[in-house]
Amino acid sequence: MATTTLQTTNGVYVSPTRQRVMGILFLVIAFAIWGFFGRTTPSGETTTFGLTPGGIESTVGDWEIPALATMNILAMISAVFGGIQLARGFGKRTNAVLGIVAAFFIFSFLTWAAAGKSLNLAGLLNSSLSKAVPITLGALSGLLCERAGVVNIAIEGMMLAGAMMGALIASLTDNLWLGVLAAVLTGALLSVVHAIFSIKYMIDQIISGTVINIFSVGITSYISAKFLQEYQELNNPGIFRPWPVPVLSDIPVIGPIVFNNNMFVYAMFAFLIIIHVALFYTRWGLRLRSVGEHPRAADTLGINVFRTRYMAVILGGMMAGFGGAYFTLGSVGRFDEVMTAGRGFIGLAAMIFGNWKPFGSFGAGLLFGFADSLASKLAILGVNIPSQFLLMAPYVATMIVLAGVVGRGQVPAADGQPYVKE
Amino acid sequence: MTSPCLHYCKTCSVRRQVLVNKGRIIMAFVLELKGITKRFPGVLANDHIDLTLEQGEIHALLGENGAGKTTLMNILYGLYQPDEGEIFVRGQKIEVHSPNDAIRAGVGMVHQHFMLIPVFTVTENVMLGDESTYRGGFLNRAAAARQIKEISEKYKLAVDSSAYVRDLPVGVQQRVEIIKLLYREADILIFDEPTAVLTPQEADELFKIMKSLVAQGKSIIFITHKLREVLDAADRITVIRRGKVVGSTTPAAADQRKLAEMMVGREVMLELDKKPAQAGEAVLDVADLVVLDDRQQTAVSNVSFQVKAGEVLGVAGVQGNGQTELVEAITGLRPALSGHVSLLGQDITHATPRQITELGTSHVPEDRQKDGLVLSAPLTENVVLNTYYKPPYTKGVTLQPAAILQTANDLIKRFDIRTPNAQTSAGSLSGGNQQKVIIAREFNRPSRLLIASQPTRGLDVGSIEYIHSRILEKRDEGCAVMVVSPELDEILQLSDRIAVMYRGQIIAIVPAAEATKEGLGLLMAGVKQETAVTPVTTTGG
Amino acid sequence: MSETEQPTNDQKKNFTRVLLEELSSQSVLIPILAVITGLIIGAFIIILTTEEVYEAWATSPWESIKVGWSAVNNAYTALFTSAIGSPTRIINALQSGDSLEIRRAFNPFLESLVASTPYIFAGLSVALGFRSGLFNVGAEGQLFMGAIFAAFVGYSVKGLPMIIHLPLALLAGALGGAIWGFIPGWLKAKTGGHEVINTIMLNYIAFRLSEWLLSGPMKRPETFNPVSPTIEESAMLPRFFENPIRFHAGFFVALGVAWLVYWFLFRTKWGFDLRTVGANPHAARYAGMNIVWVTILAMSLSGALSGLAGANEVLGVNHNLALAFSAGYGFDAIALALLGKSHPFGVVLAALLFGTLRSGALGMQLAAGIPIDIISVLQALILAFIAAPAIIRTIYRLKPSASGEDGVMLRGWGEG
Repeated sequence: MATTTLQTTNGVYVSPTRQRVMGILFLVIAFAIWGFFGRTTPSGETTTFGLTPGGIESTVGDWEIPALATMNILAMISAVFGGIQLARGFGKRTNAVLGIVAAFFIFSFLTWAAAGKSLNLAGLLNSSLSKAVPITLGALSGLLCERAGVVNIAIEGMMLAGAMMGALIASLTDNLWLGVLAAVLTGALLSVVHAIFSIKYMIDQIISGTVINIFSVGITSYISAKFLQEYQELNNPGIFRPWPVPVLSDIPVIGPIVFNNNMFVYAMFAFLIIIHVALFYTRWGLRLRSVGEHPRAADTLGINVFRTRYMAVILGGMMAGFGGAYFTLGSVGRFDEVMTAGRGFIGLAAMIFGNWKPFGSFGAGLLFGFADSLASKLAILGVNIPSQFLLMAPYVATMIVLAGVVGRGQVPAADGQPYVKE
Repeated sequence: MTSPCLHYCKTCSVRRQVLVNKGRIIMAFVLELKGITKRFPGVLANDHIDLTLEQGEIHALLGENGAGKTTLMNILYGLYQPDEGEIFVRGQKIEVHSPNDAIRAGVGMVHQHFMLIPVFTVTENVMLGDESTYRGGFLNRAAAARQIKEISEKYKLAVDSSAYVRDLPVGVQQRVEIIKLLYREADILIFDEPTAVLTPQEADELFKIMKSLVAQGKSIIFITHKLREVLDAADRITVIRRGKVVGSTTPAAADQRKLAEMMVGREVMLELDKKPAQAGEAVLDVADLVVLDDRQQTAVSNVSFQVKAGEVLGVAGVQGNGQTELVEAITGLRPALSGHVSLLGQDITHATPRQITELGTSHVPEDRQKDGLVLSAPLTENVVLNTYYKPPYTKGVTLQPAAILQTANDLIKRFDIRTPNAQTSAGSLSGGNQQKVIIAREFNRPSRLLIASQPTRGLDVGSIEYIHSRILEKRDEGCAVMVVSPELDEILQLSDRIAVMYRGQIIAIVPAAEATKEGLGLLMAGVKQETAVTPVTTTGG
Repeated sequence: MSETEQPTNDQKKNFTRVLLEELSSQSVLIPILAVITGLIIGAFIIILTTEEVYEAWATSPWESIKVGWSAVNNAYTALFTSAIGSPTRIINALQSGDSLEIRRAFNPFLESLVASTPYIFAGLSVALGFRSGLFNVGAEGQLFMGAIFAAFVGYSVKGLPMIIHLPLALLAGALGGAIWGFIPGWLKAKTGGHEVINTIMLNYIAFRLSEWLLSGPMKRPETFNPVSPTIEESAMLPRFFENPIRFHAGFFVALGVAWLVYWFLFRTKWGFDLRTVGANPHAARYAGMNIVWVTILAMSLSGALSGLAGANEVLGVNHNLALAFSAGYGFDAIALALLGKSHPFGVVLAALLFGTLRSGALGMQLAAGIPIDIISVLQALILAFIAAPAIIRTIYRLKPSASGEDGVMLRGWGEG
C-alpha cells in the first residue's frame, strides 16, 4: 500500500484510468443537469434566490435568474470540462475541476427545485455555516490527534461530555464563558485518558475511543436523568447571542451570512487559521507532523515522540470539548441526552474528506452542513427526494473518498500505530 | 583502486605524523569503542567488541546479516544501551542514552532504512529537530535552504531543497540523509548498509561522496556485507562474525577471497554421510524469470535453471542478491514479471501458492516466524497449516482434531520436536524446535520439489546437523531439492550442483565436486574466473 | 484427549493445577476482577451523585458514609432482585405452588435472558471479526439492516406456515446484516479502505435508511408514528409463557448460533482460514489461503450475526420495527467480545452478564432512582480494564502474565 499511496498522492501523476473515469463523471453530471433538471423545467420560469438571511433587515434585493438558461449553460460548461478531461486531462487540477462541476450540479439542483418559486439562498448558506461549526471543530480535534499519529474516534464522546459540562457549569455560575472553559477542560480530561491508554498502555486506539464514547454517553445521560431533568435551573445556561462584526457585517450578501453570527463561528475561523499556520509554518507543527508520519525518524532527531503525542491528543480533546459547548451554549441553550447525534463521527468523516487539512475539513464540514440544511428545506420546496438521502450523503462521500476513487487521501503514515521505543 | 589509494596515502601520512609527534597515548582516534557487549534474549549480539576510528578514514565494518554490526552502531547512536563497554569520542568518555547525546557528540548516522519523511520537503527533513526559526517559532525555511545549499556545494551533494522527498530517487534521498548529518555538524558519520537500496551507479556515486567527505576532515564508519565495496571504498576493514571481531585488515593486505573467508567463517561440522546423487528428470524448470522487489526494482533478472529429481541444487550468494524474490516467485508468493516456471512440465508461472503446493512442492520459508508459523496457534494447527483442508484432517467441511493431533504427536516424535505437548503454541518453542515444526510439516507429505530457504539460520549445531540429514534423506527419496543459503559451508555440504546469485542473476552453476570455497567466494563477490567455473548464459542481463 | 489414559489421581492433580495455571495466567482472573472493579467504581459514582450523602455530611462524615453505603446497597440490591429475582419471593411462590406467582417470581430472570439475547448475537459478530483480524464497529448498523429485512419479511409475506415463515424472516435478517458487512469487507479487501471508518459510516447510513423507510415505504398506514406494521404471527419467535413474560425462543436460537459459530471457527476448514488470516496474514498467504476472500467472508458473516441480533429483537420482542429500537447493542458488543476473549462461549457468558446488568438496571431505576445509564458507565469501565490489564494488575498487585499477550492489538490505519 505504501507504494500506491506514494504514486497517487504525488499530485503530478494521475493514472489514465482515473483520468478517463473523471472525464466520464463530468459528462454524466452534465447530462444529469440537462436531463434531470433542465428537461423538467418549463422554459421562461425564473428562480428567485433570497440574498438576506431571515430575521435581518434586507439590504439587497433578491436575485432572479432564468432557470432553464442557467441550467443549460452550467450543463454545457460541465460537458466541455468533461471533454477536455477526456482529451488531455486536467492533471493536478482534476480535483479542483471536480469541485467546480459538483458545485454546478448543486446550484442547478437548487435552481430546478426553486424554479417558479423563491428560495432564501442566504438563509440556507447561513444555516449551513452554523451546522458546519460543530462538524469542523470535531474535524479539527481529530486532525490534531491524527496528524500526530493517534486515531481519535472518541470525538463524539468528548463533545457530548463537553456539551453537558458546559451547560451545567454555565448554569451554576451564570457565566457562559466559564461554561466554555468547563467544556474545554472536560474534553481535555477525557483526552488524557485516551492518551494514556493509547500512548502509554498501547491499547488499540479504536478500543480506547470506544471506551470513551460508551462512558460519555452513559455518564452524561446518567447525570442528565439524575439532576438536569429534575432541577431545571441546572440546565438553563443561556446562549451566546449573535454579534455582528462592525463594518464587515455591512458587506452586502456576505456580511449577514458570515459576520452576523455568534462567538463559535468566529472562533471556528480563528482556530482554522491558527491551526493551519501552526501546523504548516511553525517548528511546533513540523515536529507534530513528523511524529505522525515517521515517529522513529523524529526520535532519531531527538524529538520526544511521546510528549508530542500527549500534547496533540490533549489539544484535540480540548477542541472537541469546545465543539461540544457549541451544542448547549451556541445552539440549543440546554443539554439533552445524546444531543450530539453523531456529529463527532461526521467530524471524523469531514477530516478524512478534507484530506487531514484544516481548510479541507472546513470545506467538507460546510458541504455536510449544507446537505443537512438543505434536507430540512426540501419539504418546503416540495421536492420529492427524501431528506434522509441528503443526510446520508456525507457518509457515502467519505466511503468513496476512502476507497481511493477520487485519489487516495494523505493519511498520516503512522496513524493509529503506537510507538515502541527500542 | 588507484585514486582512493592516493588520497588514502595523503591523509594517512598526515595522521602518522601526529602519531609520531605525540606518542601513543594521544587522541589519534576520533572514536573508540571498548568491550561493547549487548545481549538480547537468547542472543549475544555483541561480544566485547573493540573498534577504533581515525580522523579522516573510512573504516569498513564487514559481516554477514545478523553478525551484530547494526546493533553495535545503534549502541553508538544511543538507540540501544550496551550491557558492558565504553565509548570514547576524541579521547573523552561519553554516555550515549539517546540520539540527542550522539548528535551532541558529533556522531551522525545514515540508517539502512532512511529516516526521512516522504511528505516533507528536503528542507523540512533536514531542519527537523534543529529548526531555524524566526521569533515565535515560525519556521525560517529560507535560512535552512541557504544552509543546505552551502553544504551541498561544499560536499558536492546536489539536491533540490524544495523538492518533496517522496519524489526523489533513492540515491538522492540518501544524499538528503547525509546532508541531515552535516547540517548538524556531525563529523563521525555512520553509514549502515548504505548500498543496500542503491543501484550500482548510485553506489559508485556514493563512494565518491564518502571520499570527498573524508577529504574534508570527516571520519566514516561504513557498515556492509558486500566484499567489493569494502575493497573499493574503505581505508581499513574490521570483520565481525557472530557478535565478535574476527580481525582487522586493510584493502591493500586483503583480497576478496580472504575477506569472504573471514566473513563467512569455517564451521567445524561433521561430515555428512552423503551418497552420490542419482539425478533423474528435471522437476523444476525456470526460464528467463524476471521478478521485481517491493520497490519495483528488478530483483531477479533473466534467471534460468533446472532442478532434477534426486539432486540438491544449492543457491549460494550474499544475502540481498535476489534469492528471496526468486524463491517467492517460484512458490507463487510474488508475481513474475516475465519468464516461465514449470513444475513437472506444468506451467506454474501464475499459479497460486496453494496450486503449487498441491502439485507437490514443499517450501521451508526464509522467515520462519513471519511466514512459516502462526506463533499464537498450537502445534497441532501449525503442522497442518497447508494441508488442513484435505483428508484425513478435514472430512467434508469439518476438521478432524483427532487426526490432526495424531499427526502432530507422530511428527513430534519422528522429528524430535521438544515441546511439552502438541497443544503448546508455536511461539513458546525455541528457534530450533520452531524450525523442526516447519521441517516436519513440509517433509511429511510426499513432495516432488523441496525449496528450503536458509533452513538452518540461527540454529545450534545439533539442529543444523539434523536438518541437513533430513534434507539429504529427502533427496535420496527422489525429491528435487533447492537449498538457498548464504552460508557456504551449508551449500557445500548439501549440494550436488551450486548456483551462485549475484545482483539478481545466476552468474554460474558449478558441480559441487569441482567447487571450492575460494572459487565460490569469488563468484559471490561477482568475480568470474573462467577456469574454475562453467558460466551459464545470462545474456539478457 | 490423551489424558484419558492417565490414572484418576493424576487427573485430579491436573485439574487443580490447570485451574491454578488458568488463574495465574490471568486469562480468567482479569475479566472477573475487571467486572468487580467496575462495580466498585460504579458504587462510588452512585455515592457521589446521591444528594442525601451531601446532606448527611452536614451532620457528620460517619453519617454521610452510612447514607452512601445504604444508597449503594439499595441500588445493587435492586439491581440484583430485578435481574435475577427476589429469593424470598421465589421461595414463597414455590411454596404456594401458584403457577402464575411462580412465573412472576421468575420473570426478572427470564427478562434478563431476553435482554441478553441480542447481546449474544452482536457479541458473536464482533468476536468473529476479531478472530479474523477485523474490527467491526458496524454491528449497530448491521443490526438495523437485519431488523429492517426481518420486519419486512415478517409483515409483508402472508399466509406462510410458521415453520417456513419464521426461518425465512430470520434468514432475511441475517442477509440484511450480511450485506452491510459485505460492503466494508469488500472495500477492505479490494481498496484497502479501513473497515473501522467504513463501518462507522455505514452505521449512520443504516440509521438514515431506517428513518426513511419508516417515514414512508415501511410505515404502518394507520398511524403517524414512524413504526412498521406488526409482523405476522407466523414470523414471531414463539414465547413460552403468556404475557407479560416475554421470554422467547430467540434465546435458544442465540445459544444454537453461538455453538454454530464455535463449530465454524474451531471445527471447520473455513474457520481455520479465518483464524489463520487473523493471527498471521503472512503465514496465511504462505499456506495458500485467499486473504481477499477470507476478509470478505469474515465481514459478511460478522454482519449476518449482527443482523440476527436485529431480527431477534423484531421477531421476538417488539414485533415491529420502530425508530431507535436498539439500545446501542452494537457498541456494547465490542466490550462483550473483549470480555469474552473473542471466544463464542466466553461471549455468551459476557452477554448474560451485560443482559442481566441492563435488565436489572431497569428495576434499579424504578426502585432506587438510579438512572439506567449507569450501566453504560459500568460497561465502559469494564471494557477499559479488560483492554488495559496493566491497570488491573497495578490495582491488585498481580505479576505480569508470562505469555506476554496483553490486551488486543489490531492492525493500524496505514497498513491496508
